[in-house]
Amino acid sequence: MKIRNNIAVSETGFVFDPNSGDSFTLNETGKQILTMLSEGKTEVEIKKYFIENFDVDTTTFENNFSEFLMMLQSLNLIEE
Amino acid sequence: MKPTYTIAVTGLNNTDNPGPGVPVIRGLREAKSFDVRIIGLVYENLEPGIYMENVADKIYQIPYPSSGSDVFIQRIKHIHSKENIDVIIPNFDAELFTFMKSELVLKEMGIKTFLPTIKQFEERHKSELPEFGKKYGVDIPFSKNMTNLSDIKSLQHEFNYPVLVKGKFYDAYLAYTPEQAIEFFNKISSKWGVPVIIQEFIKGTEVNVIALGDGKGNTIGAVPMRKQYITDKGKAWGGITLGDQNLMKITKDLIQKTKWKGGMELEFIKTQENKYYIIEINPRIPAWVYLAVGAGQNLPEALVKLALGEDVEPFKTYDVGKMFVRYSQDIIADISVFEKLSMTGEL
Repeated sequence: MKIRNNIAVSETGFVFDPNSGDSFTLNETGKQILTMLSEGKTEVEIKKYFIENFDVDTTTFENNFSEFLMMLQSLNLIEE
Repeated sequence: MKPTYTIAVTGLNNTDNPGPGVPVIRGLREAKSFDVRIIGLVYENLEPGIYMENVADKIYQIPYPSSGSDVFIQRIKHIHSKENIDVIIPNFDAELFTFMKSELVLKEMGIKTFLPTIKQFEERHKSELPEFGKKYGVDIPFSKNMTNLSDIKSLQHEFNYPVLVKGKFYDAYLAYTPEQAIEFFNKISSKWGVPVIIQEFIKGTEVNVIALGDGKGNTIGAVPMRKQYITDKGKAWGGITLGDQNLMKITKDLIQKTKWKGGMELEFIKTQENKYYIIEINPRIPAWVYLAVGAGQNLPEALVKLALGEDVEPFKTYDVGKMFVRYSQDIIADISVFEKLSMTGEL
């Protein structure tokens, strides 16, 4: 998974898709995930980082993470 | 030292269904290569551009195109004798034909225009769009021209509801049932005449492109935009420039194939599957032109230079993510201004 080439993510968590003109706002967690995806981190690395650094169990994180990735995909913000 | 050109502009009706005149003038006043003296040509004495500051230097009323081209030309001659107009930029669909037909007469008078040819103007009419699509290889929603009510009954064999019911010049309604289609057919045909166009409803996002063709197949400038805020008349009250390269390619191909001359607006529906359907082609600069100026392409300036026969380098870039937001404001004017325009036809 990686962020589509021309998607802009600002430091405040504002996402702009220049192709569609759509914009989105992210919370801290979402922003961190998108930042890590843009750095080329794998899904396994992202999962490991969150489970090690935050008070969240594996199942809860995996459920939320996969739901978030599905949403990013349906919004055409990331690609395989 | 920059030259000063006298440019006459129509479409000062900056209402909630705005004409492009005022934003065209804003672009011209920001031109880097020339200064301007603006002559506002108006049909109605309450067009807001008449009363706005720093829009027109001089205002003249002109007769409606329906008065006939002789009356129209006489009035332009009179204005030209006083103002020595270099270029006229007409901005209304309904007046374009008169201006195109009068192009040579205007030229003989020393007034330049930069308009599509009558062939280009005619073949992109809403009722001709399917043929246009076939000829130039662009996707157009399936549509049929209806001239009488009985045709509506046969629609269910060729269309799935909802369908768009469109007037040949203006107006479009979405009909979910045959009864609604009949209602809209009557409403539109009584206002705009026939044919009424029935068009397949394509689900997707509306995206538009403003472009300027040099008449030789080159795109001098083009900027795509998505409406972010739409009025109940379907007009953009806010919009943002897009970086969609597919839209740019379709636009440039079309201008190359049609050798489009002048300003234009292409209206598209982009589907979830990334297919682009052209739903309308407006043969003039649209009212959101100032967004293109703000994004780095002063298309009104380029159009004037083309009209004057100058070579114009095509714009290579524009800013993606530039936005416009319209606003409304009350202008306070004195009755004497209104009186002068009403009584003398000029201001």
